[in-house]
Parts: sequence; C-alpha cells; structure tokens
Amino acid sequence: MSYAVSIEKMDKVLKELKKKYRVYAPIRFEKRGRYSDTDLIRYAEIDSVKDVVYNEKSDFSPKEVIHPITQTLFHFTEYEYRESQIDDKEILIFAHPCDINGIKRLDTIFLENGNNEDVYYKRLRDKVKFVLMECQEDWDTCFCISMGSNQTDDYSLAIKFGEDQLSVEVKDNEFEGFFASEEEIDFTYKFVTANQEEVNLPKIDDKEMLKKVYDLKMWEDYNARCKDCGACTSACVTCSCFTTSDVIYSENGRVGERRRVWASCQHEDFTEMAGGHSFRNTPADRMRFRTLHKVYDYKERFGEEHMCVGCGRCTDRCNQLISFSKTINKLTEEVNRLQKEVN
Amino acid sequence: MSENISLPKPYKITDIIKETEIEYTFRVEADLEVEHGQFFQISLPKVGEAPISISGIGDNWLEFTIRKVGKVTNEVFELEVGENLFMRGPYGSSFPINEYKDKDLVVIAGGTGVSPVRSTLKYFYENSDSIKSLYLIAGFKDEDSILFEEDLEKFKSEFNTIYTLDKEKIDGFEVGFVTDHIAKVPFDSFENYNVIIVGPPVMMDAAAKEVLKNGVVEEKIWVSFERKMSCAIGKCGHCKIDETYVCLEGPVFNYTKAKDLLD
Ligand SMILES: Cc1cc2nc3c(=O)[nH]c(=O)nc-3n(C[C@H](O)[C@H](O)[C@H](O)COP(=O)(O)OP(=O)(O)OC[C@H]3O[C@@H](n4cnc5c(N)ncnc54)[C@H](O)[C@@H]3O)c2cc1C
Ligand code: FES
Repeated sequence: MSYAVSIEKMDKVLKELKKKYRVYAPIRFEKRGRYSDTDLIRYAEIDSVKDVVYNEKSDFSPKEVIHPITQTLFHFTEYEYRESQIDDKEILIFAHPCDINGIKRLDTIFLENGNNEDVYYKRLRDKVKFVLMECQEDWDTCFCISMGSNQTDDYSLAIKFGEDQLSVEVKDNEFEGFFASEEEIDFTYKFVTANQEEVNLPKIDDKEMLKKVYDLKMWEDYNARCKDCGACTSACVTCSCFTTSDVIYSENGRVGERRRVWASCQHEDFTEMAGGHSFRNTPADRMRFRTLHKVYDYKERFGEEHMCVGCGRCTDRCNQLISFSKTINKLTEEVNRLQKEVN
Repeated sequence: MSENISLPKPYKITDIIKETEIEYTFRVEADLEVEHGQFFQISLPKVGEAPISISGIGDNWLEFTIRKVGKVTNEVFELEVGENLFMRGPYGSSFPINEYKDKDLVVIAGGTGVSPVRSTLKYFYENSDSIKSLYLIAGFKDEDSILFEEDLEKFKSEFNTIYTLDKEKIDGFEVGFVTDHIAKVPFDSFENYNVIIVGPPVMMDAAAKEVLKNGVVEEKIWVSFERKMSCAIGKCGHCKIDETYVCLEGPVFNYTKAKDLLD
C-alpha cells in the first residue's frame, strides 16, 4: 500500500520508530568536506526526515553502520577473552538501490565466504531493515545499470522525497499501522533506467588471458597518478577488508581490547609479512588488484554478480581524478584487443 | 547465535624445546582433530595474532615451532612451561596424506619450511610401511639455523635423506641449496609418487622449476604458501590472490593451482 505523508507526519512516525530502531540516513555535515567551503554527506542517526539528504550522493556509504570503521571484538584480561556486546536496538537504514545491493556483497564475504559467519557482522546485519530512497536523478559518476544493481526488492519502506510531502510505499506489514490514517495514493517506486556513464565489463575467459591482463601497460599509468591514499576503498560500499589490532588500557596491565579497523589493499603495507616481504609493490599492481577484484575475481569465486555496484563513490573521492568507470572501460578495450590477437 | 570462531582459547604449554637461538618449539596440551600442514592463529592478549603452522601432532598435544621476529612472536618467547598459549584454529588446507600412501614421496624443505611438513614426515617415519619410499632434502642457511636435529638424525634410518647447508661444510651435511641436490632423486625409478616443496617463496619457485625439469608432472607437486593474514577465516582480505583466499584454500596447494596464484 502507498501513502502521501507530510514531513510533519513522517517525523512523528520517526519518533515512534526510534523507540525500537536506530535510524540511519545520509545527512549533511556542513563545512566538513574535503575542500574549503564544502560539506560532507555521510551516514548518521537522524532525528528528522528533513535532515535526510536525498538529492545528492553521499560521500560515504551506509556500510559503516554494519561494518564500522573501528569495532571492538573482544575485551581481554591476561586470562580470558570476552566477546564485546551491543545493545538490542534494531536498525533502519535509508539507502539507494546500489547501496542495498552493495550490502548484499558484504553479506557474501562476511556470512558466506569460508562457510563461516562473522558474528560481529551478523549481529548487526540481522537487525537491519531498509528504507529505499528513490534516485531522483542519475548522478554523473553512477553506473549502476551496467552493474545490474539499479534495482532491489529488499526494502521495508520505499520513499520518494518531495519538498513538503513524501510518497511512501509500505512493503513490510510491521510498518503498515503507522500510515493507516494517511491518504492512499498510487505510488510505485521508480528505479533508474539510464545512466550517463556506461561501463563495458571485461570478459576474461581463462588464466592465460588473466596473465596477459596482469602485464598490460595500462596499469603503469597509475604509478604516476595513484597516491595510495585508500580514499576509494573507504568510500566503497563493497570494500570489506580490515586489520585486527590490540589496544591496552594501561601501560603495565594486560587489560584491553582487540579491535578491527578498515584496511585498504591500496596501502603499501597491506600484504607485508614479518621480515618486510610484501607483494604487489607498486600503485600499478595494487590498482590492478582492486580493479580485478571488483569486476572479475569476486564473480569468479561466488558466481552470480560482480562485486562493484557502480555507485561511483571511488571516482568521486579520488584526489587524483582517477575515474573507475574509465579504468574498467580501458581494461575491457585492452581485453578485447588481446582477444582479437588470439583469434 | 552462531559460534564465534575467532574466539581464542587457552592451551597449556607443557614443553618448550630450544631448536636454535631464535626458533623454539612449543608443545601444548590439545585434544583436537587437526590435519598435517594446517595452521593456528596464535593470539596473545595485548599484542595480537600471528599464523603459525602445526609442526607436530600427538595424542593429546600439538607442537608449534616459532621464529622470533616481531611483536607477537617476541611475546610468545616470554611464555613458560605451565602457562597458557592462547590460540584459535586449526585453519586451512592440509597435505593429502592418504594420497601419498603406498607411493614414493619426495619432500624438499628449506629453513622454517621444514616446520609445516614435520608432522607429515613424523607420520611416515612412524608408519613407514604405508609409504614405498621417502626422499627428504632439507636445507638450512648455516649450522646455527638447523631445526629439529634429533628428528633429522632419526629420519636417516627410514628415509633417504640429503641434508645441506648453503655454504658451510659440516659432518652429515652437504653444501649448497636444496635445488642443487634434486637431481640425486631417482625420479625415473618411481612408478607413482608425489613431491612436497616448502620454504621461502624464492626457494619454492626454484625447486618447482628444478623438479619439473626432472620430468615431474605438475599434479604431483604440493606446496605451502605464506601470506599476511589477519583473520584466517576468509573475511579480512589480506591473504587474497585473485579469487583465492590462502587462509581458506591454502596454505597447502597443488602446484596446478599454485602456479596460477600470481601477485
Ligand atoms: C600459514 C602460515 C604459517 C606460518 N607458519 C609459521 C611457523 O610455523 N613458524 C613461524 O615462526 N612463522 C610462521 N609463519 C610466519 C609468521 O606468521 C610470522 O612470522 C608472524 O606473523 C610474525 O608476527 P610478529 O607479530 O611476531 O611479527 P611482526 O611484528 O608483525 O613483524 C616483525 C618483523 O617484520 C619486520 N617488519 C615489521 N614491520 C615492518 C616494516 N614496516 N618494514 C619492514 N619490516 C617490517 C620486522 O623488522 C620484523 O622482522 C607462518 C605464516 C603463515 C601465513
Ligand atoms: S587471512 Fe583474512 S581473509 Fe585470509
């Protein structure tokens, strides 16, 4: 059922919902952007739907709600490890289709890979319901359609934001009661059907081709351009890598906690082993690694879909103006060229 | 609630054997199903975690041979008999012992690489009827870095052994890299056999090339990889090479797979 809901009414609903849920949405942090006089848009808990930024892409994805930048895993003493605890509030996340699909990719890593479930991810993920936000325009770096991630049916509510009114589709019966007295309307959520940016995906059929892809000259361009900052991986909704480290509370004690912190394959020390030996030693190697993970080997492993959902945030965040869609297109051109050489 | 497999558990240290100045073998009480070639995450509160191979398997004990190189391993060396070693595991793939049975086996190991293959060697030493022959080529840098001296001595009675030091000449040891001695293995006389190669990456590459030159087919070669690991359960991404997670599908790989694992 769909309803026309005023902002005031929606805020009342929100107030009720907040008794049971933590409600997260992209909101604006003024003057906190990367450049002077720019804002930062990222996920945080909201008190009013007026705060939700629905007509601009958020700089960061909602992944940090379920896979926080830093997360305590254990508290320890010298004699025991105790699993960290969380409260029992449920979670509601306002998100666009690409991000909901992105979180499905995280599910694959955290809940399926290795046939084991990561308890820290699962305990948050199990609480999550989505409020789907309609994309009112196609932002210039989006390529969700090429990645097949412009649609989803995993949502409880779908919302189209207007100046002073919202159109709300209620899909999850749990929420029907909140809107029963509102005016019923004919609203169906519209998924984006065209992007300005189109991406062609590479067809790497075998290991022979993969080896040739490794040796492509195109990667070397990134030695001059990529500065290993990792902004792309922290903005990416599907990047899941982390490093664990221990923190002690006092100098001489053994009381402390084990945490995990986001890690980036673009950083030099990502593969460094004891003795200083590391792999993928140039920005070119690391760019190749990240690109192939997003549009080749994740799919090789899990079969269904590529890891990248085409949200374009890596492109938006790159200080060096490296466009990920251009990188993929270039790779595909090169693979096609190599293919022709074989035939 | 599913079980938290990243929860470290305490294992009591029952013995510490000093192999070299910087490599000790820690024996802990443990009654667990483990396989030859698997590893554990040694997990010390306050310092962190490090993947360490199982170097010995007993009825109710396990051994780990640890080289002191940094944060976690330094701290392990502070532990004494009777204290607890926190660990989680076992993780990863193992050497397919059953496939090696009733055939000839060649083991080429360099330095600390002897450690992950030691339990396999001990198994076939104790069950020498279950293997046709075993050729062991073990190499170390110098006299001070020789590991498992007692075992090496014992192995001589059941296996064909070649022990070698990179440059030094001492009793019982040849001179040169392990690769210099591969040609001495009578591959031609074997009907059906397997080759295990474990050691530093450069050594494994060179040894694999050398055995291939001696007519060994790729399917018969087994290697064990080392990669940076943080979680050991397929989540943190540090060990990934293409679509392969070394902590899950490795550390033991057949060469047909290993040769395509490029960084
Ligand atoms: C599957 C597997 C099995 C393993 N089995 C064994 C085993 O049986 N026995 C064993 O001893 N080891 C084994 N290892 C290796 C072992 O895991 C590492 O030696 C261990 O993680 C080191 O941890 P640490 O905290 O002590 O050292 P760290 O403190 O992490 O590293 C210390 C070393 O790295 C160097 N280093 C650190 N940071 C830098 C830097 N920024 N630049 C240059 N150098 C740096 C230091 O100089 C020092 O030499 C295995 C590894 C894997 C993946
Ligand atoms: S060590 Fe974390 S994924 Fe393999």
